[in-house]
Amino acid sequence: MDGGLWITESRLTVVVGHFGSGKTEFSVNLAVALGKSGRPFALADLDLVDPYFCSRTCEDVLRSSGGRLIARSQRCFDADVPSVPPEVMTLLDSQELFGVLDVGGDASGARVLARYRDPLIRCGARVLCVVNGNRPLTHTPEQAAAYIRDIQQACGLAVTGLVNNTHLCGQTQLEDILEGNQLCRTLSARLNIPLTCTAVPEHLAGQAAGLLPRVFPMKLYLKKPWELPLPEKEEI
Amino acid sequence: MKREIWKGSEAIAEAAIRAGCRGFFGYPITPQNEIPEYMSVRMPAAGGVFVQAESELAAINMVYGAAACGVRAMTSSSSPGVSLKQEGISYMAGAELPGVIVNVMRGGPGLGSIQPAQGDYYQATRGGGNGDYRTVVLAPASLQEAADLMFEAFDIADQYRNPVVVLVDGLIAQMMEPIVWKEHPGRPLPEKTWAADGRRGRAHNNFVTSLFMDAPDCEAHNLALLEKYKAIEANECRWEELMLDDAELVLVAYGTPSRVAQTAVEHLRSQNIKAGVFRPITLWPFPYARLREIAAQPQVKRFMAVEMSTGQMVDDVNLAVAGQKPVAFYGRCGGVIPHVSEIEGAVLAAWKEGL
Repeated sequence: MDGGLWITESRLTVVVGHFGSGKTEFSVNLAVALGKSGRPFALADLDLVDPYFCSRTCEDVLRSSGGRLIARSQRCFDADVPSVPPEVMTLLDSQELFGVLDVGGDASGARVLARYRDPLIRCGARVLCVVNGNRPLTHTPEQAAAYIRDIQQACGLAVTGLVNNTHLCGQTQLEDILEGNQLCRTLSARLNIPLTCTAVPEHLAGQAAGLLPRVFPMKLYLKKPWELPLPEKEEI
Repeated sequence: MKREIWKGSEAIAEAAIRAGCRGFFGYPITPQNEIPEYMSVRMPAAGGVFVQAESELAAINMVYGAAACGVRAMTSSSSPGVSLKQEGISYMAGAELPGVIVNVMRGGPGLGSIQPAQGDYYQATRGGGNGDYRTVVLAPASLQEAADLMFEAFDIADQYRNPVVVLVDGLIAQMMEPIVWKEHPGRPLPEKTWAADGRRGRAHNNFVTSLFMDAPDCEAHNLALLEKYKAIEANECRWEELMLDDAELVLVAYGTPSRVAQTAVEHLRSQNIKAGVFRPITLWPFPYARLREIAAQPQVKRFMAVEMSTGQMVDDVNLAVAGQKPVAFYGRCGGVIPHVSEIEGAVLAAWKEGL
């Protein structure tokens, strides 16, 4: 699968996109992949707009992969108080720490990045836009392009790569991914932004890798409460 | 038909527009801000009106105004905001105005938390405002159902000229699920000859009010409303039965807990415990009759209500079961979602108690 060289191509990766495109799932998986590559890493949860299904709920996953979570104070996890964690600056100032910045959806979510625009440019951070072709407002190239334009305007940063993450939660099929690939290739040609990778649920990664370049297998960490695996059997 | 992945709030908003809603009036509150956000973009494009009102009180009264003019109108909010709307809902029920109120419930009371909860069951099903009135309460448990029920909500509201509440917990509004947009032929609906939409050649002006100066008139009005509510009880009750055919233990749950309960039941069945789920889809009218029938079945040993509250729907379960079988309760509240293993543990404990 291309050896996954793109994973460590850039020390900092900013992840933006439309609400529900799968930014957080991709961010957590990218962070775990950085850990697997032996890099010290941190994931910064910069989602100020959505209080549910955030990367800050995946702290255990990050820790067990050898990395850490940068998020607003634990005490405010569930609070409706938008704030950015000050530790983000340590990630930006570091020379060796790899980082994923998981940003909120749409232009409204990306606005928080404007505050870090200059240091991000200095660091040569890449900005990946996650695209889900099964989302109603981004399933044509025109619609997706409009979202990317708005996001770039809001944060003052150019999107440098696209991530095809076309999925249907647990019901994704290979055709969904291939259709999303078509959409992203058209979008890539139109906006002159390279397609960085195609994110694929683990069980479809083998099949997809035979058909597409740069397939990124993803574990699904953000489960719904009824999808949670049962804990080890305890005495009841 | 193409499956698309939607976020709950957006699916509710889009379904409303597709159902012919042309007036949305709301005020932001977590965890349902995506409804007004989506409406602000899509409603004007659909030829309707979107207003971010100055308050929840203003918003519900704008719904009253739009509905009085014969427009399909709605508002959405979350628990504390819906509390503010109760006066307007009572006025709408009194004036017999159709309209849809979406309540994306969060932890309470008061400001509570912004995580999902079901503590507004009493408020929604008993009427949180003043007077003898009822609102139809629809409680979807999946995004497909949420989208489908929005069409029904507007139809029911128009057929009976009554406010309809769509009651979901925060998780339903915030999660993503695939949905398919189906054709909704709808039901035959009476013309809105009562709407205050101009004289239109009538001999009289249409007048929309909930005010009755004389007590006997007001009583007659209340009795007419009662007849309407009886018709709704007879016609609009909905529920779902999962793995109930041979069930000895019946879990009763709606919304998110019903999904968690379903997983728990599947797991319990692998341990040879015959459990099933009874899921009310209409919370008012509550499916008392069907649940009473189930309680009468000899293989059914006991019931357990599972809620994200300290126990509200369990009252209706008790009214339905009417002492035929024991009714237990398991709940988490304040924004905490019960874990599959917790429900399983509670069921096993109740099971052992019954042996």
